[in-house]
Amino acid sequence: MEPRAGAASTTPASAGGAAKAVAKGAAKVPAPRSALFRSTAFRLTLLYMGVFAIFAAFALGYVAWNARSLIEDQIRQTIDAEITGLSEQFRQGGIRRLVTVIEQRARGPGASLYLVTTPFGERLAGNVEQVPVGLLDRAGESEIPFSRNGEEQPATRPAVAIVRVYVLPAGFRVLVGRDASERDRLRAVVRRAGGWSLGVVLVLGVLGGFVIARRILKRVDAMSATTLSIMSSDLKDRLPLAGNGDELDRLAGNLNTMLDRITVLMGGIRQVSDTIAHDLKTPLTRLRNRAEEALRPTATPEDMRRALEGVTDDADNLIRVFNALLMIARLEAGQAREVMAPFDASAAAEGVAELYEALAEEAGASFTCAIAPGVTAHGNRELVGQALSNMIDNALKYGRPAAGGAPAITFGLARDGANVVFSVSDHGPGIPPEQHSRALERFGRLDSSRSQPGFGLGLSLVRAVAQIHDGTLDLKDNAPGLSVVLSIPSARSQGEPDGR
Amino acid sequence: MRLLIIEDDSDSATYLVKAFREEGHVADHAADGLTGYAMAEGGGYDVLVVDRMLPRMDGLSLIRSLRAQNDTTPVLILSALGQVDDRVKGLRAGGDDYLPKPYAFSELLARVEVLSRRRAAAASAEPTHYKVADLELDRLTRKVTRAGEDITLQPREFRLLEYLMRNAGQVVTRTMLLENVWDYHFDPQTNVIDVHVSRLRAKLDKGQAVPLLQTVRGAGYSLRVEAR
Repeated sequence: MEPRAGAASTTPASAGGAAKAVAKGAAKVPAPRSALFRSTAFRLTLLYMGVFAIFAAFALGYVAWNARSLIEDQIRQTIDAEITGLSEQFRQGGIRRLVTVIEQRARGPGASLYLVTTPFGERLAGNVEQVPVGLLDRAGESEIPFSRNGEEQPATRPAVAIVRVYVLPAGFRVLVGRDASERDRLRAVVRRAGGWSLGVVLVLGVLGGFVIARRILKRVDAMSATTLSIMSSDLKDRLPLAGNGDELDRLAGNLNTMLDRITVLMGGIRQVSDTIAHDLKTPLTRLRNRAEEALRPTATPEDMRRALEGVTDDADNLIRVFNALLMIARLEAGQAREVMAPFDASAAAEGVAELYEALAEEAGASFTCAIAPGVTAHGNRELVGQALSNMIDNALKYGRPAAGGAPAITFGLARDGANVVFSVSDHGPGIPPEQHSRALERFGRLDSSRSQPGFGLGLSLVRAVAQIHDGTLDLKDNAPGLSVVLSIPSARSQGEPDGR
Repeated sequence: MRLLIIEDDSDSATYLVKAFREEGHVADHAADGLTGYAMAEGGGYDVLVVDRMLPRMDGLSLIRSLRAQNDTTPVLILSALGQVDDRVKGLRAGGDDYLPKPYAFSELLARVEVLSRRRAAAASAEPTHYKVADLELDRLTRKVTRAGEDITLQPREFRLLEYLMRNAGQVVTRTMLLENVWDYHFDPQTNVIDVHVSRLRAKLDKGQAVPLLQTVRGAGYSLRVEAR
């Protein structure tokens, strides 16, 4: 019990010491910039030191506790040996012999504590002046303050002894004890050592922690500065790598990858805005020309009417393009996820097929459907419908066989494991594999299709729909022709939050 | 028809009020949500045209508050957001129709007229039999006759005609047809609807002296006897 209380008392004392030393350490830092206290270096130092101090306190406490147990064990062994000896004397020579032996032993230097009494508590011999009332009635070990015969009691702290009471056969009681001051001296030594070493630990902790944190953070600061300069320039530079593959190197590597990606995205934006400038300028110019035509002084009411009708058509087309662009942007930003729900994919496909069948027929194209019945998918029926409509529309526009003749379009829906696969295939000129990614870009009209009407938003919208469904859009060679395959999950994926 | 336009952009509001008046309707204007709510609460309007983003009280809250008071005046929501989820939110709040900006006035007019008519018709039960001139459609037997002669229609053609006849005399736009007949709300980017309408027209008007299915330039279609 006692040793554990001792160990427990060490810890709070050292923690308090640590707190004090921390305050001192902070005050010692020269010319404190206010930024320093907020810096990660400072916080890391504190943490480092705190952890260090706690470990040191534990180590020291453990050593002290062990040493103390050892000393106490020794004392107990000595007492046991003495009691055995004294019992032997009593057995051989009775109480007289015992009293004689004790008086002899009590005189020796560094003697143990002895006291012999009658069964009624009257003192017979010994060097102990006083014992607490009732102590002699109980056999066993206890700890008492004591003073030897003739010695002055120290005013401040009474000496403490570990004593043992032994009841002899005739009812005589023997008390044997050893001075435990050795143990208390050890405690004082440990405490002093603890204080010093803790001090040293704290100082070293502050210095070491600060140096280490500074070293690491210096690199972070350098990276941060480089990033700033990269941002202020044209994103061409990259962070230098130390080449040792540590965490900071990996961070720098990832930042570089991110910069690469930003450059690509910026390039994409530049390309899109160039194309917007080009592709939207044309209808805008036409619109303006028509308006001007209507404003000409020579224009008849009939001319004006026709011009305005043209203007309205042009404006409607522009609105369409902007709506499609907005939709793609919003889909790519991940909005509309909340309108995902299970829906009847077969019915959706049939609806779109039915919608386009007539148009295909009108265009002289053959339109074959292979729609598996009873397939459900998880997603948004409207968006999938829009995507399918774009896919079929695309096939009707570009799927005319190069050799001439009517386009032959196959529209299919099938279940493939956990996915629902929509496909639209044609036998047109197709798209060479190296141009597939370009065909999916916004305004990504292939040069071969520039003469056709359209804005090149169709497939990029389909791709955005695929993305928001966590699905895929693939362009495949239909030998000859193009096969556009949209695949979306048939059920909500596990990780996705409940979208409502 | 009495209309209330709740729209904070004064230019487009002025244009709408003027355009609706030219069409022979009575149009009032409120520039913010609270004023609009107070005016709508006063009642007497056939249709409310509500912008989604309004100062002082947004469009959806306005509609919700009206619906909470059992005000069933048809509401058409105008929104610059115009995406699938916005439409769902708008209709869930109690809107009856939804039109994303930018829109053509002809589209808005056609939708508002249909809304107002639907309200008038809602009082009586949906008729089981439609008749426009000599064209008749029976919703129960699914039988269509023109001048007494049977016309065979595909199921979708039947639904198309049914919708046109329910709104006979009104202009219905291509988007309205796509929404109500095919239940799709996207932009098909081509003239798919035109093809279906012209097929239906071929079946209805072929060999007839008086065409019934009219194309309204820049707006859509209308089933009616063309005024000469």
